[in-house]
Amino acid sequence: MHNENKKPTQLLELVTAITRGNIKVIDLTMTLDRKVPTIVLPPELGQSWPFRMEEISKYNEKGPATYWNNFSCGEHTGTHFDAPIHWISGKDLPNNSTDTIEPEKFIAHACVVDCCREAEKNPDYLLTIDDVCSWEKTYGKIPPRSWLLMRTDWSMKKTPEEYLNLDDEGAHTPGPHEELIPWLIDERDVIGFGCEDVGTDAGQASNFKTPMPCHHLMHGRGRFGLPALTNLDKLPAQGTVIITPPLKIRQGSGSPVRVLALIEE
Amino acid sequence: MDITRNKYDGIAVCAPVTIPYTRYSLKSSHWFCGQSIAALIKRAKIKKEAIDGFCISSFTLSPDSAVGLMQHLGTSPRWLDHIPMGGASGGVALRRAARAVQSGDAEIVACVGADTNHVDTFRNTIATFSQFANDAVYPYGSGGPNSSFAFLTDYYMREFGAKREDFGKLCIAQRENALPVKHAMMKKPLNMDDYINARTIADPIRLYDCVMPCAGAEGFLVMSIERAKFLKLPYTQILSTIERHNAFPDDPIQYRGGWAIDVDEFYEQAGLGPKDMDLVQLYDDYPVICFMQIEDLGFCDKGEASKFIKDKDLTTKGNFPLNTSGGQLSQGQAGAGGGFLGVVETIRQLTGEVLGYQVDNVQNGLVSCFGMINYDRGLCTSAAILSKGDL
Amino acid sequence: MTTPLSKPKRKDPTKRTRIPSLPPGKRSREAHGLTAMAAVGRFALQVCNECQKVQYPPRQICSNCLNDKLFWRDVNNGGKLLAETKLQHSNDTYFRDRIPWRLGIVIADAGPSIVAHLGEDCIRDQRVRMSLSIDRAGNAVITARPEKPTQLEEDDVQLREMAFNPKDRRVLIVDGKTELGLRIAENMVAAGARDVFVGSAEPWRSSSYLDKINDLERTSIYSLDVTDTESVKELASMIGDKVEILVNNSYHLRMGGLVDKFDINTAHDEMEIHYHGLMRLAAFFGPIMKLRSADGPHGASAWLNVLSAYALINNPDLATYSASQAAALSLSQCLRSEMAAGGIRVLNAFTGPIEDEWQQIAPPPKLIPDTVAKRIIKGLQDGKEDIIIGAVAEEICARIAENAKEIERTIKL
Repeated sequence: MHNENKKPTQLLELVTAITRGNIKVIDLTMTLDRKVPTIVLPPELGQSWPFRMEEISKYNEKGPATYWNNFSCGEHTGTHFDAPIHWISGKDLPNNSTDTIEPEKFIAHACVVDCCREAEKNPDYLLTIDDVCSWEKTYGKIPPRSWLLMRTDWSMKKTPEEYLNLDDEGAHTPGPHEELIPWLIDERDVIGFGCEDVGTDAGQASNFKTPMPCHHLMHGRGRFGLPALTNLDKLPAQGTVIITPPLKIRQGSGSPVRVLALIEE
Repeated sequence: MDITRNKYDGIAVCAPVTIPYTRYSLKSSHWFCGQSIAALIKRAKIKKEAIDGFCISSFTLSPDSAVGLMQHLGTSPRWLDHIPMGGASGGVALRRAARAVQSGDAEIVACVGADTNHVDTFRNTIATFSQFANDAVYPYGSGGPNSSFAFLTDYYMREFGAKREDFGKLCIAQRENALPVKHAMMKKPLNMDDYINARTIADPIRLYDCVMPCAGAEGFLVMSIERAKFLKLPYTQILSTIERHNAFPDDPIQYRGGWAIDVDEFYEQAGLGPKDMDLVQLYDDYPVICFMQIEDLGFCDKGEASKFIKDKDLTTKGNFPLNTSGGQLSQGQAGAGGGFLGVVETIRQLTGEVLGYQVDNVQNGLVSCFGMINYDRGLCTSAAILSKGDL
Repeated sequence: MTTPLSKPKRKDPTKRTRIPSLPPGKRSREAHGLTAMAAVGRFALQVCNECQKVQYPPRQICSNCLNDKLFWRDVNNGGKLLAETKLQHSNDTYFRDRIPWRLGIVIADAGPSIVAHLGEDCIRDQRVRMSLSIDRAGNAVITARPEKPTQLEEDDVQLREMAFNPKDRRVLIVDGKTELGLRIAENMVAAGARDVFVGSAEPWRSSSYLDKINDLERTSIYSLDVTDTESVKELASMIGDKVEILVNNSYHLRMGGLVDKFDINTAHDEMEIHYHGLMRLAAFFGPIMKLRSADGPHGASAWLNVLSAYALINNPDLATYSASQAAALSLSQCLRSEMAAGGIRVLNAFTGPIEDEWQQIAPPPKLIPDTVAKRIIKGLQDGKEDIIIGAVAEEICARIAENAKEIERTIKL
C-alpha cells in the first residue's frame, strides 16, 4: 500500500540522472541475427536452434502497412540468462525457472574482473580464487548478491570461428576454475556468473573433475548464468548495476536477454 | 464375289469458281466459303436455296465444321459433308457429291475448298495437325511439312537417281503456266539458275520446291447433266475416280502413294489409258510428289519420272501439259483450296473458262490429289478423270 | 569425330543473353510412356501383347491386330539411317535459334520408321544406335548416333541440349562437409568442369572433407547455409549467374522411429535442411538459372537433388528422415515443372544406404560415396531424369512398382 502523497524521490532522482547523463546506460547485449554462433554440442545430442528470422510482411501484399517478422532460436542463443532449472543439479529447487525467479533478482550489482591479458595469452585461461582475491585487494571485496562478470574482450573476436575456437578436442575459451564456483557462492554469496564467450563454463570444462562446474554448481545452488556479454570494457570494476530479466517463459530454462548496465559517471 | 463399281453416268461437274488468292487476309474462312457459294450461285444463276447439298473442306473453319458454316450461310441442306483430307479433298469431294446426286439424295451440290491465312495460321495449323505429328514429328525441328518432305526427297533422289535439275524443269514449266493468272503468288518467271541456287529450307529442299501458304478458295457444282443443260452451264463428265487412305503402311519410307493400288481400276472404269490424257493436274506441294504421281498413275515405271519428263514440254503449249495454271508451287496453297485447285483447273480447261492459258484440243483431263502428312507420309490420295461434256 | 565444342569464354557484358525458348511440348498421354522410359535411360517402345508388333508413334491400340494390351518393353535400339535432312528454317523459336538442325528417318531393327534427332557423325545408309532422350521442354524424343561411338560424341551441339555434361560447365555443390560432397567435387573436376563451387555451413565446424576439397583445382568454397534465407540469397547474388549445374546434396540423417521416439527438434532440422532448404535454393538460384538456360552451349542446364530411396517409401528405422526426403521429393516435382518452363531440367538421384557415420549400423549392401558421385556424373552426362543408384534403391523401386503394400509391410534397415 503506497502513500499517495509521498514522492518517490529516489526513483525520480534515478530517472533524472539517467536523462542528464549522470548515470549512463551501457548495453551489454550482442545483436540477435543469423550470424550469432551457437554452442557446439556432439551431433547425436539434441541441438539448439540458431537465430533465424522470416519476414511476415514488409509494406507489401502480405501486409501493406506493416513490417514484422517471425523468429526462432534456442533459449540459450546469443546474450542470454541461464536459470537454475537449466541444469540437472537445479531441477528441484524452488523458483528455478524464468517465470518463477523472483523479479528483484533481475536487478543487481556487478563486479567486473579484467582477464584480457591472460585470455589473450591462453584461450583456456581459468579464473581462480587467487585471481579474485588479488583483484579484491585493489578493488575491494565483492558485495553480497553481486554478479561476477569475467571480462576477456572475447566478444570482440571478428569471426565465429575465432569466437568458438574449436579444434578436434573441442572449444578453447576462458572460464571459471571449478574451485572458484563454490567459493564465490559460500564466501561471497554471488547471484551468478557472467562472461563474454558462448557459455559460462570454459571451453574445456567437460573434462574437469567436476564437469561443467559453473553450470553444475551455480545452478545447483540456485544461482544464475549470463554468457555472451559485450562491452564489459566500458564498465568499472565495481559499482555497476545490471538489469537482466529473461522472457517470462513457462518452465523456461533461460532466454535471450537485453542486459542493461547502469554506471555513475 | 466380283463387285464392279457404278459409273458416273448422268453427272455433270461445272461452274468453276476461284476466290482470288492473297498472301494474308483478315477475313475468316467463313467469309471465303461464303464468297465461294455466292460466286457459284451467281455463275449458275440459281438461288441460294437451289443448292441442297454442300461438301466443304477447310482447316481454318475450326472450331466450326461444315455444320457451323450452314448456320452462317443461312441455308438448310439435305446433304452435308465435311472433308478433313487436306490436299486430297478435291477429288474426294467430287466422288461424294457425284454419288449423292446420282442417288437422288441431293440435286445440286456445292463443293468448296477454302482457307484464310492470318500471320499465325500456318504455324498454328501444323502445330495441331495430328496426334502422331505432335508426338513424333513436330518436336523434331518444327519444320512443318518441309522436313517430312525433305526426307522423302532425299530418299527418292538417292534411290532413283533423280537430280535437282529434273525437279527444276517441273517448277520452271509450272511458273510459266502461272504467269497470266493475276492472283498467283509467284509473278516472275523462274530460271534454272535461280531454282538450283535458291535458299536451302531443309536439305535437299530449297525455296522454289515449296509452296507459299495463302488465303483463297476454289469451288464447283455437281448436278445432273439435265440440270446443267437447263442452266446452260458448260460441264464436264466424270469417267472414273479413285480414293485410298494409309496405303502401303509397311513401306519404311514413302516412295509411292495410294494411286498405285487402284491405278488399273482407275483406267479400266474410264475405258482410257494414260496416253489418252490431254492434260494432267498433279498435287504439287513438292516436286517429288509430282514425280511419284507420274509413276503411280501409270505414265512410267517407278523411279522413271525424271526420264519420262526429259522429252516432255510441260507447259500449256507443250506435249504434256502439266499443272496448267501453275499448280500450287506458283499459285500458292490456299489451305484446303490447294486440294481443289487441280479439280477446278481441269473443269476450267474442259469447259473453256480458264483464268490463264487455254490448252488446245482438250477432251480428257486427269486430276490427282494428295494430302495429310500425318506422321512421316501423306495418308490420303484421290484421282479423277474428267471429260468434256457434250452440250 | 564430332566437332569439338568451343571452350567457354568470359561473358561479354555488352551482349544480350539469349532468352530461353522450348521445343514444342504438346504430347498425347500415351506418348508420355516414352518420357517414363527416357527418365531412367531405357530404350523401350510399346509391344503388342498379342501379336508382338512394335508400335511407334505411341498409340492405344495395336496397328496390326487392334488389341489394346500394349506394354512398354525394352527393344533393340539399332537401326539404319534411311533418309536425312539438315533443317535451315523452322516455324518454332527454339529451333530457329539453333539451325542448322540435323534430322533423319531411321528404320529400326525393331520395325517402325522413326523420325529422330541426328548426331553429327551419322551417315546415311549406315547403322545407328538410338536413345530415348528428354528434350529441353521435358518430353521424350528419339536421338540417333552412329552404331559405334565416335570421338567427342559428348560435344555434339544438338545432343548436348538433352544431356547435362559437366564438361566446361560451372557446378555448385551445396554441401561440402560430407564425404559425398567431396567425391562429387572430385568427380566433377575429373569430368572437366570449368569451375566447382562448394557450399559450407557453420564455418566454425571444421571438416576433413572440406579441407580436401580446398586442395582440388578449379574449386572454391563459399559460405552457404540452406537453413538461413539470407545466406542462400547472398550466395545466389554472388555466383547465381554462373551456376550451370546445381547439385543439392543437403544431408541431415538421424536414426529413429516415430511413436517410441518423439523428437520434434531433430525432425525440424531434417525438414529445414531437406525441405525448407530446397525452397530457399529454389527461390534464389531458380530464377537466375532459368534466365541462362539458352546462354550458349555451356549455359545453365540442370538441377540435381540427391535423395534417399526412402523418399519413395518411409523406412520406419529412419522415420522422420524418410518423411523429410518425401517432402523434398514432392517439392522437387514442382521445381521440375517450374524450371522446365525455363529450359532447366530437374533430376533426382535416389540412393540406398551410404557408407557414412550416420548410417553406420545399416546393414550391407551400402554404397561408398565415390560410387554415388560417379553414378551422378554419369546420369548427368546421359541426360537421365531419375538416377536410381545401387541395388537397394533399385529393389525398392521395383517392389513399389509391383506392390507398394508389400514393401510397406516389410521395409526396414
